[in-house]
Amino acid sequence: MTTEVLKAPLVVEFPFTRSLGPVQSAFLTGLREQVVLGVRTADGRTLVPPVEYDPVTAAELRDLVQVAPTGTVTTWAWNHAPRRGQPLDTPFAWVLVRLDGADTALLHALDAPGPDAVHTGMRVRVRWAAQRSGAITDIACFEPSDSASGSNEVFGHNGQFESMVTGIVAEARLDYTYSPGRAQTDYINALAERRIVGERCPSCRKVYVPPRGACPTCGVATAEQVEVGPGGTVTTYCIVNIKARNLDIEVPYVYAHIALDGAGLALHGRIGGIPYDQVRMGLRVEPVWTEGGRYPDHYRPTGEPDADYETYKELL
Amino acid sequence: MTREIAVVAFAQTDHRRTSEELSEVEMLMPVLHEVLDRTGLKTSDIGFTCSGSSDYLAGRAFSFTLALDGVGAWPPISESHVEMDGAWALYEAWTKLLTGDADTALVYSYGKSSPGSVRDVLTRQLDPYYLAPLWPDSVALAALQAQALIDEGYTDEPALAAVAARSRADAQTNSHAQLRGSVPHGDYVVRPLRTGDCPPIGDGAAAVILAAGERARELCERPAWIRGIDHRIEAHSLGVRELTDSPSTRLAAEKAGAFERPVDTAELHAPFTSQEVVLRKALRLDDGVRVNPSGGALAANPIMAAGLIRIGEAAARIHRGESDRALAHATSGPCLQQNLVAVLEGEPRHDQ
Amino acid sequence: MTSEPVAVVGIGQTRHVAARRDVSMAGMVREAAQRALVDAELTWADIDAVVIGKAPDFFEGVMMPELYLADALGAVGKPMLRVHTAGSVGGSTALVATNLVRSRVHVTVLTLAYEKQSESNAMWGLSLPIPFQQPLLAGAGGFFAPHVRAYMRRSGAPDTVGSLVAYKDRRNALLNPYAHLHEHDITLEKVQASPMLWDPIRYSETCPSSDGAVAMILTDRAGAARSPRRPAWLHGGAMRSEPTLFAGKDAVSPQAGRDCAADVYRQAGIADPRRDIDAVEMYVPFSWYEPMWLENLGFAAEGEGWKLTEAGVTELDGDLPVNMSGGVLSTNPIGASGMIRFAEAALQVRGLAGEHQVDGARRVLGHAYGGGSQFFSMWLVGSEPPTS
Repeated sequence: MTTEVLKAPLVVEFPFTRSLGPVQSAFLTGLREQVVLGVRTADGRTLVPPVEYDPVTAAELRDLVQVAPTGTVTTWAWNHAPRRGQPLDTPFAWVLVRLDGADTALLHALDAPGPDAVHTGMRVRVRWAAQRSGAITDIACFEPSDSASGSNEVFGHNGQFESMVTGIVAEARLDYTYSPGRAQTDYINALAERRIVGERCPSCRKVYVPPRGACPTCGVATAEQVEVGPGGTVTTYCIVNIKARNLDIEVPYVYAHIALDGAGLALHGRIGGIPYDQVRMGLRVEPVWTEGGRYPDHYRPTGEPDADYETYKELL
Repeated sequence: MTREIAVVAFAQTDHRRTSEELSEVEMLMPVLHEVLDRTGLKTSDIGFTCSGSSDYLAGRAFSFTLALDGVGAWPPISESHVEMDGAWALYEAWTKLLTGDADTALVYSYGKSSPGSVRDVLTRQLDPYYLAPLWPDSVALAALQAQALIDEGYTDEPALAAVAARSRADAQTNSHAQLRGSVPHGDYVVRPLRTGDCPPIGDGAAAVILAAGERARELCERPAWIRGIDHRIEAHSLGVRELTDSPSTRLAAEKAGAFERPVDTAELHAPFTSQEVVLRKALRLDDGVRVNPSGGALAANPIMAAGLIRIGEAAARIHRGESDRALAHATSGPCLQQNLVAVLEGEPRHDQ
Repeated sequence: MTSEPVAVVGIGQTRHVAARRDVSMAGMVREAAQRALVDAELTWADIDAVVIGKAPDFFEGVMMPELYLADALGAVGKPMLRVHTAGSVGGSTALVATNLVRSRVHVTVLTLAYEKQSESNAMWGLSLPIPFQQPLLAGAGGFFAPHVRAYMRRSGAPDTVGSLVAYKDRRNALLNPYAHLHEHDITLEKVQASPMLWDPIRYSETCPSSDGAVAMILTDRAGAARSPRRPAWLHGGAMRSEPTLFAGKDAVSPQAGRDCAADVYRQAGIADPRRDIDAVEMYVPFSWYEPMWLENLGFAAEGEGWKLTEAGVTELDGDLPVNMSGGVLSTNPIGASGMIRFAEAALQVRGLAGEHQVDGARRVLGHAYGGGSQFFSMWLVGSEPPTS
């Protein structure tokens, strides 16, 4: 029987708050103020973008110097299909630009009509973003320029600004499609039928629930499906008092390890149908299913006498 | 006198576009069994285990802890993990064997590129302040390097296409490879790189067994001795580096003894055709060297395992008597920022 | 052929806090590295290789951060490795670094571990939502609390023991300028009155979330001879892993921990840990893990660990001080915590632990663990070179 592969979206997203070192702070503040800064090394090179540490000597760099907003393309690549998050949403060229006054190149985007309008050695200038906050995106992109290098303009900013930017917020989202694999898929499908089904290891004969496709102690594939429960024993538990943001469970609640009858180890579940302070090790429980639920909503006491400590202490 | 360490077994999955019906451990386990069966070893015979993988590729923190189920870590084992390509896990295992703490090591790595969008995931490797916020994907960065090579006259688009064609033609004899035979070179992805200049996206796993001294001879008829292995990293920023060269590859090769004598085979971890051009230069490989007879990363690129596979492929050729002295290379980071070189040799064959 | 003896000649760490807002990630790691170089009176040029470790990349949202950090750590042109073994990573990283020296592949190695988890949120990082799995818990405490309850049941320990550990570690932290939590007005009553988060673990018995970095410089015998200050010498080191969940697992006293300790003791010639070891820096993220690890590491018989705690044996002035630095309960940059244990053990035998120095500490154990009680790494350091 072929089972349809289970899949679900998995989004990993966070607005990372990144604090800055002094050189980065000056550079990004400078961008907000439409000033491009580089940093000078002991051997007289000017690095743009200004990095905190010399890539050759590892020395800390502090000596800020202003460079021009014009420069030369040192290499490029035409991006006809921009992706999410990239600087422009119309086709553009990625470029490395050595700004006038700098010895190293900065990576950014070049807004040009097509690849035929781009070549190594061409002159470009910064196009500033209308709204700037102190981030690399304050440079919206570069654009072609007919300025010659070696202009007469003096760039002598000392790198000091009022109200320095000290951090950036770097929102980042990545989308994945998660598939649980064969063993977990079979487990999930059985749950849909309100059956808790594990897999027996052909070597040690223990029944793993939830099954993982491999017996972790023997390192062999498990395949033989074995239904466990429905009853089981609470081997240990804790009472959760802090409500987590994305959990729909009211506190306090009992989070328990439950060894279902026939299983070689305990699985985890919530205990309900009994005051939380009456839950104890050895309590006999059974799953409670809800309509359309993917898992037992919780486990409730069966009413049987508690299991003897000796019978489950090996499962602790 | 330093211990001699050899690769005595290598196995890999059939690398495919997706393995969605299998979890990571389900994908990996057959490969582990294969190397263990090949040598007749059980997990309990192995002195040290080391793996390489990336949480970010999977979208799960601690994903490698689940892969350990496939090893059968009971009784408890001496085990470590690097968040890097398996080639570096092999390096760690090599140093462990050199200390004499163990005589055998199991090294494995795996990577599923299919769940996420690899081009975008890899942007998270970049400078978090100046680069990552622009989301320059892995093909874009490789394209910048390719254009630099073209500008300086080191290659052109037809030459790059020829690298791709040669790799996939060679891969026809590699049943594990994902792209084999004639593959259309396709349209530009990020110019000057076309679809054919880029590696296939796919899932896969690989495992290697290392052994020391006499133990290696017991486990393998013709061990692939690691004569030298070294790795070096360069500065992070693309604008600081010389993109048409790979000084870290050259330095690692020097330290590994690659230039002492010619090699007959080189397995290079070059996911992009343009990167093979850079690596050949850095490693001074002439036409007498068989480059990527497996098809290389252009034929199969399970990220986090592709570097380990280069070492495995080179070793396997020595095992089979198809090579006597081979170089294997692995890379990490944007545009060849970090590079590892291993030099492998087989003992003189009886028929020589 | 014997392996090369390893000496720790430089140690540095940052002042651990909830959030470092004054430096970049590179700046924070660099700070620890720079302090270690100053301690060893070495320069970046003296370092042959760099081994860095940290916990999941999601915590800072930077994949494979060694790539970005290469310049800051003087690693350009050098070998650089990045280790990740969950919470034990700080310890494993140090051991990987020792292998480079022991195998004579390199002479002087810089090893570091860090976490700048304020860039995201540790709770978020530890609880990324996985489809098809029933979300029952957030954060690590709920995972460990049932095992604590199981320990209390198995050992019959009185329920005050957890508070004693927290009170001790927080008071020790007051003597450690680098520790995160400095609770000047702490009392045992306050600890005991603190609310239960995951019963039986109280708020005061849990570790903080910290930003921080730690660095050590390891070198060979010749390098140790040139060291300006007394080195710490490696007497034994080991790593052991077991599966997270398996039939028959003893989650209270995992076999991997016991095997790891036994290997370290064998290498170091330790016959009776309680008698032969002067002090311990162990990874205690929730206070009850002190008595649990005392048993797991062989300092007390099964079921008796809590008696050492209750009797004050593990106090700074006790017979077997534990977590003189304040431990993980006072400072927890997740990726760094394991290495902080190793570094603090080394500080002790070098006589450089300042106000939290144990007088005459000559052999000290550093311990780290991670995952679901599955990864263990430990080292035993001494004030004298190893004899074997």
